[in-house]
Amino acid sequence: MADVRQTSLGAGAPAGHAAAHAEHAHHPKQQHHFYSMEQQLEASILGMWIFLVTEIMFFGGLFMAYLVYRHMYPLAWTESSHELNVILGGTNTAVLICSSLTMVLAVRSAQIGSRSGQIVNLILTILLGSTFLVIKFFEYKAKFEHGLVPGPHFDPHELTASGALVPLSLPQGSQIFFSLYFIMTGIHALHMVVGIGLMLVMLVMAWQGRFTPDYYNPIEVSGLYWHFVDIVWIFLFPLLYLLGYHFGV
Amino acid sequence: MSSSSGHAPIVSVGTYVMVFVALLIGTGLTVFAASRDFGALNTPIALGIAVTKASLVCLIFMGVRYNTPLTKVVVVSGLLWLLILFGLGMNDYLTRTWMGVPGR
Repeated sequence: MADVRQTSLGAGAPAGHAAAHAEHAHHPKQQHHFYSMEQQLEASILGMWIFLVTEIMFFGGLFMAYLVYRHMYPLAWTESSHELNVILGGTNTAVLICSSLTMVLAVRSAQIGSRSGQIVNLILTILLGSTFLVIKFFEYKAKFEHGLVPGPHFDPHELTASGALVPLSLPQGSQIFFSLYFIMTGIHALHMVVGIGLMLVMLVMAWQGRFTPDYYNPIEVSGLYWHFVDIVWIFLFPLLYLLGYHFGV
Repeated sequence: MSSSSGHAPIVSVGTYVMVFVALLIGTGLTVFAASRDFGALNTPIALGIAVTKASLVCLIFMGVRYNTPLTKVVVVSGLLWLLILFGLGMNDYLTRTWMGVPGR
């Protein structure tokens, strides 16, 4: 369609898509508005980073709220933090770090043209991401059982060493801590779900052999997203889980 | 188009594994540091480790180190705006009680 329009412009106009291809052969994946494959990749990375900056600001607002309320209710923060499960949170940190390693290895496999390397590493990334969500589910489940969900049913209980649930008294402001805990980890988990969806698309594309050492932009920018979500967790883990840790040890 | 994509060198698996091990050590370190009572220093220590870990992920895993200057500027500007948010935000909240004005 573009060909027809361009040729109808007159003799001076470029003779359209087909002629352009004949004029200078270029990589089939290179779009016409880029000078080179390198520039195209740089543009993809830059665009993804501009999106990630908006994500930084989005999570930044939540961290700002965390900062303000922690300043207002320091006692509630440390004591509520103590109710979070450091072992599960720490395991999840390690799981995410492992998934970041498999992610870079998947991108690297694309760079060196290994289709099997991409497939194996993408599957591992998806499995590790899913593991994170499963662990998160059991954490949330425990919070519900312990009555730590903010709202009308907020009724804190604690699991004793003998396995009994006993009522627990938390300072004023604890509901705000748990509100922020659920929204911050919940939005983070949502990003994980989106990331796993992205990786499934990448897996299909890798399976079809769509990525070559010349062109691997989609898997590269999806990787950037995955690592960003990892970085968010690197901050959430100490700020939420470890805050009151030394009180109980 | 040749396959030599000049701008992104292929990082060795060894480098990636080293960063991975450093991140795991950082996680262990942050849990250990949190189990000790350093008073007011607990949070700065935890944040210091977190920033180091995040920088490793950003520079090596995300490859910012090998990106164009323009991309680097965008990354840094994002952090700068984040600091403006925290800095000016807390500038407000921390100074509200300084003066006995109504509506503080």
